Amino acid sequence: YAWDANEEYLFKAMVAFAMRKYSSKSTTQISNVLLCNVTDRVSFWFVVTDSPKNVTTVPGSEVEAAIRMNRNRINSAFLLSDKTLQFLKITSTLSPPVESSTPVWLIVFGVVLCLVVAGIVFLVVGGIQKRKKKNKASTERENLEEKGEVTVTVENGVPCEALDLKAGHINGVFAADDERFTSL
Amino acid sequence: LSMPPEIPKEDDRPKWDNKFQYILSCIGFAVGLGNVWRFPYLCQIHGGGAFLIPYFIALLFEGIPLLHLELALGQCLRKGSISAWNTISPYLGGVGVGSWMVSVLVSLYYNTVLTWVMWYFINSFQEPLPWSVCPLNENRTGLNEECYESTAVNYFWYRKTLNITPDVTESGTLQWWLILCLAACWAIVYLCTIRGIETTGKAIYVTAIFPYLVLTIFLIHGLSLPGATDGLAYLFTPNLSTLKNPRVWLDAATQIFFSLSLAFGGLIAFSSYNPPKNDCEKDAVTVAIVNSMTSLYASIPVFSVLGFKATTGYWDCLDRNIISIINEFDLPEESIMRQNYTAWISFLNSSYPEKIAGLKLKSCDLQEFLDQSVSGTGLAFIIFTQAIILMPGSQAWAILFFIMLFSLGLSSMFGNIEGVFTPLLELRIISKSIPKELLSGIICLICFLIALCFTLGSGSYWIDIFDSYAGSLPLLVIAFFEVIGVAYVYKIKRFNKDVKWMTGRKPNLYWQITWRFISPLLLLIVFVAFVTLQIQKSPSYAAWNPKHEGFPMKEEKVYPPWVLAICVLLAVLPCVFVPLVALFHLIKRMCRSKDPSFVPPEVFSCQGANS
Repeated sequence: YAWDANEEYLFKAMVAFAMRKYSSKSTTQISNVLLCNVTDRVSFWFVVTDSPKNVTTVPGSEVEAAIRMNRNRINSAFLLSDKTLQFLKITSTLSPPVESSTPVWLIVFGVVLCLVVAGIVFLVVGGIQKRKKKNKASTERENLEEKGEVTVTVENGVPCEALDLKAGHINGVFAADDERFTSL
Repeated sequence: LSMPPEIPKEDDRPKWDNKFQYILSCIGFAVGLGNVWRFPYLCQIHGGGAFLIPYFIALLFEGIPLLHLELALGQCLRKGSISAWNTISPYLGGVGVGSWMVSVLVSLYYNTVLTWVMWYFINSFQEPLPWSVCPLNENRTGLNEECYESTAVNYFWYRKTLNITPDVTESGTLQWWLILCLAACWAIVYLCTIRGIETTGKAIYVTAIFPYLVLTIFLIHGLSLPGATDGLAYLFTPNLSTLKNPRVWLDAATQIFFSLSLAFGGLIAFSSYNPPKNDCEKDAVTVAIVNSMTSLYASIPVFSVLGFKATTGYWDCLDRNIISIINEFDLPEESIMRQNYTAWISFLNSSYPEKIAGLKLKSCDLQEFLDQSVSGTGLAFIIFTQAIILMPGSQAWAILFFIMLFSLGLSSMFGNIEGVFTPLLELRIISKSIPKELLSGIICLICFLIALCFTLGSGSYWIDIFDSYAGSLPLLVIAFFEVIGVAYVYKIKRFNKDVKWMTGRKPNLYWQITWRFISPLLLLIVFVAFVTLQIQKSPSYAAWNPKHEGFPMKEEKVYPPWVLAICVLLAVLPCVFVPLVALFHLIKRMCRSKDPSFVPPEVFSCQGANS
């Protein structure tokens, strides 16, 4: 926006407002604020006078304090910031950076660590289970192998396989002898 | 009932799920942080596009032959580095031990770099980014002094991250935030390497491919930034006169060598899990070319962003001057713009020279801003973070950038850990009943405990030492003995037969010449030149000392003697195993040759092991 007489009027009003708020004197008028040496750069000097007669000026330190107190309001009135609306000899106070109670990075770190530990536990438990299953399978296989390896049972010093255990088979000699006995 | 048939030995050895996994693992191992923060820097300081000439010559005569050699070796012998070299010849066993030692040393400090990346990553979720604003001093009257004199980015890196001490001898205290991040990093490495290639094979799909996605995103965004073309022009404008400087050729040779991660034993470990009949020649050429292309591809977004940063810095400088001039001469707003700044300056200088001199204007030169070249951690954590603050949506860019760096480093860590893990699995010292998970857990735990040293205040100085001495010279020595060992001890004719059995065709003349003559010669020249250059300048380092007069410039300091001794130890320790083991076996053989019952071992052959 262009700097014209209306903007100057607004500026005078803001300075008067700041003086009123600071010293609680409701006597400062817009006419008490005087601008001089306005340049194209839009830079100027200004003074605040005491009484309606425009004789004595308010000391500079008071004006500085008043403006410092209301800097924010003055800036917003002109849609400017501390950098673009500069008052020479009034340095801006620095606002501390916002710090949350728990540092954000700790939260993110916690999330990452939880995920990683969960992954490790999952893999380790999976490995243990796989190993248990493999052990069980291999012990079952071993048991089957044991059964296959037939233990040789022994009876009277003669291995059973040698004896024909299939069934008794008829010894022809005895069968023939049966007929010699008289029937009762 | 009959017993189940004898299980062939190959089935016990883990396998890659598919060929792509193997190629991706090799590429991930080769493509690391150096491709992003060392290659663009070398391109810049060695005459831009002209650097590509020595780079590609080194690739052709040094990189690809050595890579093919290692991959073929691992595939044929199907063993990790220590056992493989023992099999080739017991006298060469020291080569395997040396490369195992280097893998251990590098794993220690490499993960600490990833710790820093992780720290920046978890700090990127804040608004505003913590490295963009200076904190206030104690009584809240102004900004913190150290931060004010350097920049917020420098302060965050040197004070908030490293809490660096002014001297390498002052160890400082352990930084608890770094310990947390280090624990998390080693936990992630453990998670991914817990069962060897079974788990890294799955993880590599993400960690190897993701960086390319992010690089592409940064490429597109970077090219759209103002000043990107200046940066790119600066990077790629060839200055052929730099080729006369032998330093350029040395840097090209060493860059190719270290970039391909040769002589770590990791590549041998990776290819040992391959089926024996696999075309290792094609694999080697593929991996080498992808690695170099990635370096080139990565340098484009890096230099676009650097050009953007330089341009922004230049504009800020101009703007500050313009404001002071306008304030001084009370000129209307927007009368002096960046375009007519030089015209106005000359006019005002001729009319009011005293006033202009009184303003103490800083001379703004775009070339000067572009010339601020940094490599390594400075590029990522200082320069790039500063550029990210200037971009809109900085949190997203920071998060993407640091995840990309983390993936790049993690995939290289897989190769390092595999180079440590595989030989240990095959050593008869480790009993077979120890599960793999426990062994990898023990390795990660021991490395974590040792790496705690790097979280001290002087940690980053020690990492520089490890990087310059343990991660450079021994590799050259080991690679030299690798080539000599295969070409002249194992005999190149046998090797040709083995490769022919594996790939189906005899290696052609290019391989013969490079394996027999060119590569060993080149390695020898590089080694001698490297050592000569190291000896010429007394080892010094740049310390960050806030109490120094020239602050924020770094203070040049010389290493004290005990630190120098450690440097020499780091460089010599892996190399010393080569002669030691050879000597040991020589003495054993001399004692045994007096024993009449001694039978010499069979001559080894690739086909014999696998049929």
